[in-house]
Amino acid sequence: MMGTDNRTGDAAACPVITGIGVVAPTGVGVDAHWQAVLAGKSGIVRIDRFDPSPYPVRFAGQVPGFVAKDHVPGRLIPQTDAWTQHSLAATAEALADAGVDPADLPEYEMGVVTAASSSGAEFGQREMQRLWGTGPDWVSAYQSIAWFYAATTGQVAIRHGMRGPCGVFCCEQAGGLDTVGHARRLTRTGTRVVVSGGTDAPLCPYALVAQISAGNMSTVDDSARAFLPFGLDASGYLPGEGGAVLIVESRGSAAARGRDPGYGVVVGYAAGMDPAPGSSRPPVLRRTIERAMADAGVTPPDVDVVFADAAGVPEHDLVEAQAISAVFGPKAVPVTAPKTLTGRLYAGGSALDVATALLAMRDGVIPHTVGPDDLAAGCDIDLVTGQLRERRLRRVLVLARGHGGFNSALVLEKP
Amino acid sequence: MNGFTLDDLREIMRASVGVDAEVDLDGEIADVEFAELGYDSLAVMELAGQVRRRLGVSISDDDALRITTPGKAVDYVNGKLAEAAY
Repeated sequence: MMGTDNRTGDAAACPVITGIGVVAPTGVGVDAHWQAVLAGKSGIVRIDRFDPSPYPVRFAGQVPGFVAKDHVPGRLIPQTDAWTQHSLAATAEALADAGVDPADLPEYEMGVVTAASSSGAEFGQREMQRLWGTGPDWVSAYQSIAWFYAATTGQVAIRHGMRGPCGVFCCEQAGGLDTVGHARRLTRTGTRVVVSGGTDAPLCPYALVAQISAGNMSTVDDSARAFLPFGLDASGYLPGEGGAVLIVESRGSAAARGRDPGYGVVVGYAAGMDPAPGSSRPPVLRRTIERAMADAGVTPPDVDVVFADAAGVPEHDLVEAQAISAVFGPKAVPVTAPKTLTGRLYAGGSALDVATALLAMRDGVIPHTVGPDDLAAGCDIDLVTGQLRERRLRRVLVLARGHGGFNSALVLEKP
Repeated sequence: MNGFTLDDLREIMRASVGVDAEVDLDGEIADVEFAELGYDSLAVMELAGQVRRRLGVSISDDDALRITTPGKAVDYVNGKLAEAAY
């Protein structure tokens, strides 16, 4: 079903995304990731970064074959966590993809806005073990910069000489969309290029245990049946590492370089916060979707696919499915969640969804959701399962929800 | 007798703090400022920490910031080792 085209927003005032970089369980590099998504090839494996046998969660999406020294200068390796190294690698790919050489642009007109969640958990765990195991003299001086949430934004900005507006969003899984929303804001006030998106590397005992304690992870001992968002057998989520970096660029800048409209235009964005537990007010996701679509100037028939947050936690899935149905009507818009191939990447999750959504628009394909088959009661959505669907996609809606009440929605358009 | 040599320092720099691709650590680096070799103040602090752990030579943070070249670092460590020997 093709929708009508009622968009009323001003796309000329919105930035475009001109470059993508991916480091994810589905592969290192945009092409490897996209081929894996199209093939429905999962990156979820039994955790081998440490012995997971003492923990109730034993599967995760692991980035295959990432060698830091192939992507990161030698001097930066001892001072960075894997999370930052993934972002540095994805940034280099995204800048090359966009054809942006930072040396050619004014340094104060380039910014960096990343999402962070687990931050440098593995680095931090190692140094804390040294602190308590051998003493303060054994703690790396780089602990002071490597593990805190702004490390990735800082290292990327320094490495590429980007001295414009910089920031970090700590909104768990919603953060990736928030970076793009904020990048759009920055491009409206004189910033030409914003490195946005995010990665996460939560595959160490410290990060895993921190997530287990929230009670939403799947302990099903089968990599193919553990993370089944919207499914009858949904049992929680699995974690994963990696994410994506997106080059958000003002249309003027992109046009001057012959790169407009790139992969697509960021036409709508909204964020909301859920009411406190026990409140009688409804979850904010529906209103967040409506606000993002109003911001884009679109109506439901203008949106061709929804990339869902897909928590995999039954009550969260139900809230999301109901919000989508309330806005679009039951089963009225295709919904997909390729993140079943990677696990939830926290700060990297919705950034990777944006990357995947842009590639889907480029190629006219809705990638399918591998895993769930029969949907849970009340999840009255057209979840794309079994096989991908070829379809011209003019607009995609990407949803993300972060632990603690964060909700974000982003509308992307292919002119 | 020199207990601690420039080569010992080079080894620590390579192993723990990393080396920029364009820097030749095997060259004449004794009198080259750490900053020119790509080592900022945090890198020098990390280097001081490594020396402390490996040799048991304590370098205060203030002293670490006054040690601006590899040559000065080697002299400083040897001075401390000589003090300890008395």
